[in-house]
Amino acid sequence: MYDLIIVGAGPAGITASVYAARKKMDFLVVTGDIGGQTAWSGDIGNYTGYQFITGPDLVGKFEEHMFSYNTSVREGEVVTEVAKAGEIVLVKTTKASYQAKAVIVASGKRSRELGVPGEKEYKNKGISYCATCDGPLFSAKNVAIIGGGNSALDAALQLIKIAKYTYIINNAPELGGDALIRQRIEEAHNVEILNKAEVTAVLGARMVNAVKVNYGGEEKMLSVEGVFVEIGLIPNADFVKGVEKNSRAEIKVNSHNETNIPGIFAAGDVTDVPEKQIIVAAGEGAKACLAAFRYAAQH
Amino acid sequence: MAKNVKVYSTPVCPWCIRVKQFLKDNNIVFEDYDVSNDRLKADEMVKKSGQMGVPVLDIEGEIIVGFDREKIKQSLGV
Repeated sequence: MYDLIIVGAGPAGITASVYAARKKMDFLVVTGDIGGQTAWSGDIGNYTGYQFITGPDLVGKFEEHMFSYNTSVREGEVVTEVAKAGEIVLVKTTKASYQAKAVIVASGKRSRELGVPGEKEYKNKGISYCATCDGPLFSAKNVAIIGGGNSALDAALQLIKIAKYTYIINNAPELGGDALIRQRIEEAHNVEILNKAEVTAVLGARMVNAVKVNYGGEEKMLSVEGVFVEIGLIPNADFVKGVEKNSRAEIKVNSHNETNIPGIFAAGDVTDVPEKQIIVAAGEGAKACLAAFRYAAQH
Repeated sequence: MAKNVKVYSTPVCPWCIRVKQFLKDNNIVFEDYDVSNDRLKADEMVKKSGQMGVPVLDIEGEIIVGFDREKIKQSLGV
């Protein structure tokens, strides 16, 4: 049995691992990927100590720090269940089962999906959740961005430079996000903004060739080869049994990162802690580890 | 004899960076195609993999989509 298992290796999980290593805990990190959302971030200017660093570079630094303690990291292992059983916490994954005195859930958030017909079928066949990654493949093609917040606008900024024509399909009455970015998009000649519009299906043959949109009560077909989904994030918290969550499905924690279940701690974007920032997540990871350390020492 | 390995990627996608790092860590020599500025290679990638997500690996004709560590290890025998 381990003292501690950390689920996730974004800023929260990695920072927790650094603290656990320095406390000489017997622990394990189990994670699908390394870096979490930070790996997908572009330019970062608000992580103290770095006036400018890219997401992948910052993750590289985090990773180097984590592995400098010879930490055991099970990468590519997806956790399917975390549950309290008597005095211990069970962690089941796609490959194994583990037991620990304490667990820190630092599993972050993932892109929200549209939930319309065609979405699963055409994932990676025209549908993308990462404009930065896949955008360049759509040069001189028509694309649609779904969403109207900051991440949708960021995607739009990138795509108007690459694509032939960009539709922004926004279900709100107007675009949100930063006024400055909004203005730059509105001034572009190759963009059309559809407010109060909702995607009802993604259509195609081998690859995407159109989206069906409900626009002011009327059905409209837009001929596009790319669909970029930017409609926000949802917490990766479904696998944690019995923990209390808020209305956004984030795990509720107190100021010591304790959930309602003794021995199960949580940190970072998966929790209800306000301000989803890399540096906040890292700090929360440190706090969670110190709390888990004290808990494990007493149990 | 080392296998012929091609990587189709874009510069900033995290999985592309990780897959290339993984290959380097295992001393695998590979050809790196940046499909964001090579239209022909982009088309070639889509044709080979039947999809548009990066990264795509071509290991002697075996196509692997994404950073599928186990499959890559198996294919390369590392």
